[in-house]
Amino acid sequence: MNQWKNFTKGLIRENPILVLILGTCPTLATTSSAINGISMGLATTFVLVGSNVVISLIANMIPSKVRIPAYIVVIASFVTIIDLVMQAYVPAIYETLGLFIPLIVVNCIVLGRAEAFASKNTVVSSFFDGLGMGLGFALALGILGAIREILGAGQIFGFELMNQGALVFVLAPGAFIALGYLIALVNKIKK
Amino acid sequence: MAKKDSFVNMVVTLFVITAIPAVLLGFVYKFTKEPIEQAKKLKLSNSINLVVPGASTAEIKEFNVMPETGKDSLTFFEVVSNNEIIGTAVQTYSDNAFGGRIVVMVGFKPDGTIIDNDVLEHSETPGLGDKASKSKSNWNSQFNDKNPKVFNINLKKDGGEVDAITAATISSLAYVDALQRAYEAFIKYYNSSDIEESKVIEEIDEQTELETNETEKGGVE
Repeated sequence: MNQWKNFTKGLIRENPILVLILGTCPTLATTSSAINGISMGLATTFVLVGSNVVISLIANMIPSKVRIPAYIVVIASFVTIIDLVMQAYVPAIYETLGLFIPLIVVNCIVLGRAEAFASKNTVVSSFFDGLGMGLGFALALGILGAIREILGAGQIFGFELMNQGALVFVLAPGAFIALGYLIALVNKIKK
Repeated sequence: MAKKDSFVNMVVTLFVITAIPAVLLGFVYKFTKEPIEQAKKLKLSNSINLVVPGASTAEIKEFNVMPETGKDSLTFFEVVSNNEIIGTAVQTYSDNAFGGRIVVMVGFKPDGTIIDNDVLEHSETPGLGDKASKSKSNWNSQFNDKNPKVFNINLKKDGGEVDAITAATISSLAYVDALQRAYEAFIKYYNSSDIEESKVIEEIDEQTELETNETEKGGVE
């Protein structure tokens, strides 16, 4: 099935983080724990699916010279929605991610999929593309967050595994190291 | 196919595409306004109840006090039950933390003894400085039931009696700084004069309901 392909390509084959290396800023910044990474990934998935669907619907009506600002307005609207909803219903997660939720607007993946896929494909294809890409992003962030949480703090989802972790993995350098090895691993598996 | 790039087309398209989300977002904002305020209120009343047990059923008087040091005022939540002050929760802060500002809620008995304390907002390093928070470790329980009058709130390396968080001296220093600021303001406020006190209470009487102070939160994030 074609739609199945649209969906699965984002998970591994064209995973935005591990293969396309797009949107690494929130990746490095929010993955200090597995739950943070997954929450960020799911918030991005929502925006990606919403913007992909709307943009594929309206792409034909937008003059090409103003398409980028138009796309950004659509994306920003979805980001504001998720921002307000998270603030209202999951305040604890919002607190840790707070600053990075508004920054989804400038996430390369979202605009990249709008420009490269949604504007040229049907609504249904764009929906599955957004869903796959978003979940791939969430998956990568979750794995990265889990690695950093286990190695850095010696725990996973708050459960204690070891007494002491290697602190560097919780800090920024650890994010780069973990991401680098993760990408290398995925490249090796792909071959 | 995409529309022609005529001037009118572009203006109309951009107008429509900004107008529709504006209306939509207005609805979303209206819809989430109430829950957001509820969540903030709940968080604040939970933290007051933590540092002054029994606060949830008592009357709470809220007012601001300017500390000697620091550039923002502290928020006092005076918990009154049967016309008697059973404790005061002080929302204090320090700007010297590793990640900028740390906001701490601390409860004092009328004699100045610390009942309990916890972090409200922080941007400390996960796994290190965030151990100041109750959800991560029991580090801050060392202040409980201590009266700063006799218990020197300073790190041991500075001649005090407080154990710093391992590998997070700066966060510990900031936490101690926040507690000291709260204690100094607390002592000064309740010892200054009874005249002033009665005046302040009168002022606040009208707003017995617990409110989040928006202006206080400015610049914290």
